[in-house]
Amino acid sequence: METFLGLDYPTWWFLVVGGLFSGYAILDGFDFGAGAWHLFFKEEQSRRIALNAVGPVWDGNEVWLVIGGGALFAGFPVMYATLFSSLYIPFMLFLVFIIFRAVSIEFRGKEEMLWWRKLWDIGYSVSSIMMAFLLGVVLGNVLQGVAIGENYSYHGQGFFEFLNPYAIMTGFTALTLFMMHGAIYLLLKTEGRLFAQLTLLSKKGMIFFMVFFGITTLYTLLYIPHLSDDFKRNPILFAVPLLTFLSIANVPRLANKKKYATAFFFSSLTISLLLVLAAIELYPTLLISSIDSAYNIDIYNAASSTKSMQIMLIMVAIGAPLVLGYTLFVYRTFKGKVKLDETSY
Amino acid sequence: METEILARIQFAFTVAFHYIYPPLSIGLGLLMVIFESLYIKTKNKEYHILAKFWTRIFALTFGIGVVTGIVMEFEFGTNWAVYSRYVGDIFGSALAAEGIFAFAMESGFLGILLFGWNRVKPWVHLVSTIGVFLGSMFSAVWIVVANSWQQTPAGYHIVGEGLNARAEITDFWAMVFNPSSVDRLTHVWLGAFLSGAFLVLSVHAYYLLKGRYTTISEKAFKIALAVATVFSLGQLFTGHKSAEGVAKNQPAKLAALEGHFDANAPADMYLFGWVDKENQKVTGVKIPGGLSFLLDYDFKTPVKGLNAFPKEERPSQINAVFQFYHLMVIIGMILIGLTLFTVFLWYRGKLFEKRWLLWVFVFSTLLPQIANQVGWFAAEMGRQPWVVYGLLRTSDAFSQTVSANQILFSLILFFLVYTLLFVLFVYLLNKKIQQGPYDESNDFDRPFTEGLTKTITQN
Repeated sequence: METFLGLDYPTWWFLVVGGLFSGYAILDGFDFGAGAWHLFFKEEQSRRIALNAVGPVWDGNEVWLVIGGGALFAGFPVMYATLFSSLYIPFMLFLVFIIFRAVSIEFRGKEEMLWWRKLWDIGYSVSSIMMAFLLGVVLGNVLQGVAIGENYSYHGQGFFEFLNPYAIMTGFTALTLFMMHGAIYLLLKTEGRLFAQLTLLSKKGMIFFMVFFGITTLYTLLYIPHLSDDFKRNPILFAVPLLTFLSIANVPRLANKKKYATAFFFSSLTISLLLVLAAIELYPTLLISSIDSAYNIDIYNAASSTKSMQIMLIMVAIGAPLVLGYTLFVYRTFKGKVKLDETSY
Repeated sequence: METEILARIQFAFTVAFHYIYPPLSIGLGLLMVIFESLYIKTKNKEYHILAKFWTRIFALTFGIGVVTGIVMEFEFGTNWAVYSRYVGDIFGSALAAEGIFAFAMESGFLGILLFGWNRVKPWVHLVSTIGVFLGSMFSAVWIVVANSWQQTPAGYHIVGEGLNARAEITDFWAMVFNPSSVDRLTHVWLGAFLSGAFLVLSVHAYYLLKGRYTTISEKAFKIALAVATVFSLGQLFTGHKSAEGVAKNQPAKLAALEGHFDANAPADMYLFGWVDKENQKVTGVKIPGGLSFLLDYDFKTPVKGLNAFPKEERPSQINAVFQFYHLMVIIGMILIGLTLFTVFLWYRGKLFEKRWLLWVFVFSTLLPQIANQVGWFAAEMGRQPWVVYGLLRTSDAFSQTVSANQILFSLILFFLVYTLLFVLFVYLLNKKIQQGPYDESNDFDRPFTEGLTKTITQN
């Protein structure tokens, strides 16, 4: 197998896809989180400010999903096809909620009527909650394994098989993680009474997250042993969970000191590290078959040709700095506390 | 069978709905760039008002375009798993390029375009508008390249056999510039410009009829008319090039477009007609040997007909392909006639004197929309029974492990959601049009603009 800088191409592409998903989770994570809290804000003015805190960026954040999905399709078409067709219902629901959420954000401010705004507030919040939850559910299914048989065919039973206990736990972990993350983001963007309310809410978010994270970790260690094999074989890897715990602990510590920017950095880091943990547990597998490990999908049997991966790595090398550039430009233009003006939602 | 039909219906429905919006965004983007550039150049506030007004409408089409587009991307994996494995190496790289080079650019600048009017300098804002517009053009590049590769595969080889067979890339640029890419891309771009230009014409014709915002509307109407005229005529050339390409690369599809059955005989060109597939007869008004002439400038040149192909390699819905194609051509001709006639009136200094003509323009916005839709129907149904022309059959390409019930469930869900989306779109579009270019109150914070809207003179 050809290599580049000592790593083979599927591994490079595994890193690229992982990086994109992690970027997506950090970015869309905070706007899901902000959306999940939305109904807790009672006044119209607070809701508008909260909505406009994500206003100029939510759409750009969702592009990371498009790129991540495209990268998975391009790099590991077998994984893309198998994962999406096996977890058909959660992905379809996810799509429906994406639409509802976008519609709610766009249309909420277009009418003055109270019922209209309330309706879209509910639409925005419920779809944010469901999207965060479903992302966790999909990850849970991937970590736990899916009934994949010969020729990558899915042998699951029933409409709701994706909603198993472990997936529900990871779903809630993702939701509460994003709620913590989103609350800190909103703290950076708000002031006055809304800010005061958010300091309380963000504390609740942190506690909820830690509870679900604890339960899920315990369950993983006890009932899904294949997810900790790599760590037992290679103790040096224990550094990663250790870092994760430190990063998580840093979030409330810094928030208490009112250092919200650094707290936000650490909640972002936490999201990345949790995905790194998942990646270490999986690598080089992508999708574990719960029927027989012979049917596992890994980065080698799922990969595109080396030629295709080389071409796409060049694209990433050209494209990534551009994407980073636009992203920084937008965040810099809209940095600081939200000021409602004539173009706000 | 049932699963295949449902998967096809779902794809057709979601992609047809999606395709209302991106062409509008591309076309409106072009007009916004023109309006804003004119503002920067002339410092005339009216162009600024126009740029802002159309940006508000653009925001609506763009938002719906993005979310319905994500649905398309996911659907490859969920409903067309075999296809995705087969083409991932190639189609995937085009999609990834679209994400990295087009969407990121579009969305990166979108925030500034929509919310940055007061935050950045006018020229920085113009750069952002251009960025969004170019991003949407690039996005069309990659998605049309991917689709063109399905029509005329190039730069690949097939690896593996049976269920494990797949296409792998051998030459990236040959894949990108496959035989139909350029012709089809220009045809799609121009179709998008027309859909944007005719929406602008429609709305401002409506204002002129109602006697509202007349000065500003006359300006906008003239600019959009110029754009519409140039690109209506341009469509003749891109359309002709596309047809030549189809003749060369997809002869069975060409035969279906004109309902040409004889294996090897001069082919007629129909203005309109009806195809009787059983008796291999077309009834309608035709130019005998017209298709032969179009392709070879000789009415006698034989053209390969449907009978030259085995039954299982011909499109099954020949009449539908014929009708969609002819409807597109007829609309194209109407657009040319309409714009040229109107430009003639403009030249005579009588542009806004005919009320009936303005009413025609009010409804003309539907024409490019319909042409865009039926053109794609003809292209995609004419490609059947292949999903990748000559390589992979549609009947082999859908997800084998997804049940008909699951697809039915998602189809109903999408049908409901998209109906709601469309109703809202029309409602809000109408509302913005009724409020007019000067009324920014609904996007504006009330107290901020209370004085502003009153001081700007309304015509």
